[in-house]
Amino acid sequence: MNNFTPYSALLGGILIGLSIVLYFYTTGRLAGVSGIVENAITKKTNRISNILFLLGLVLGPLLYCYTKEPIAIAFALPDHSFTITDSYPLVIIGGLLVGFGTRLSGGCTSGHGICGIGRLSISSLIATVIFVVVAMLTVTILQQFGIYL
Amino acid sequence: MNDKVISLLCGVIFSLGLVVSGMTNPSKVIGFLSITHNWDASLIFVMGGAILIFAPFFYFLKNKEVSALGIEIELPSKQEIDKKLVIGSALFGVGWGLVGLCPGPSISALTSPGISGFAMFNPIVIIFLFSMAIGILVNKNLLQKTIQNKN
Repeated sequence: MNNFTPYSALLGGILIGLSIVLYFYTTGRLAGVSGIVENAITKKTNRISNILFLLGLVLGPLLYCYTKEPIAIAFALPDHSFTITDSYPLVIIGGLLVGFGTRLSGGCTSGHGICGIGRLSISSLIATVIFVVVAMLTVTILQQFGIYL
Repeated sequence: MNDKVISLLCGVIFSLGLVVSGMTNPSKVIGFLSITHNWDASLIFVMGGAILIFAPFFYFLKNKEVSALGIEIELPSKQEIDKKLVIGSALFGVGWGLVGLCPGPSISALTSPGISGFAMFNPIVIIFLFSMAIGILVNKNLLQKTIQNKN
């Protein structure tokens, strides 16, 4: 486990938790990102608010880049360089399945995994176990074909 | 502060959490999913940390009817453990494993820190987002059709 970064992971998790708490406390809605994306695309109710949440998701990393040095030093954060597959078929199929699957089951890592488990929802716990185990199997199978070593 | 400003702020805080923990980086997520080879357990600490903050808070607020801004609280109706939940989660799992991106990080990945400076508007990420939007719309339209057929 040479890539294991528990402190920055916990710090990030706490920030995500605080965001979900603030969002629920003020708007009365749960911050499940796949639901926010669906509503931003298909629903008129709260559209601006949903779009602004998604805009915030894009602005946060920029803000981090400008303040990165002092924050990274203060918290001794590791450098997580961005690396993604360059295979177009993989990305297109992956994107379609993530969009379709999360909305069919009613949530993603944030909606089921954090909000749902946080609410002690059994169905969200089951959903989370399924998508984590299936994703682990998928990666293990891809590794057999030399993708993701 | 109205709910629009708060939404923007929450999106920013959420994505700072993703960036700090490395979750916008697909290879970091693949490291967690790679249980048989160099397993990286960091993602558990991200989800665990977020759940530990949200769960007690939710427990004390769950019976409220309106939020601090006076908005009616919307909670999902009790979800049944049915085919949709199981198949949907499994399909999402395949997609997540193929690329290492789930919905939140895929949006923040548009502006995430790269090897040198930003990985700004990476075409691969944009293609992923388009595909994800199509997946969402396909599900929405399929569901609406089945509901209409039942009536």
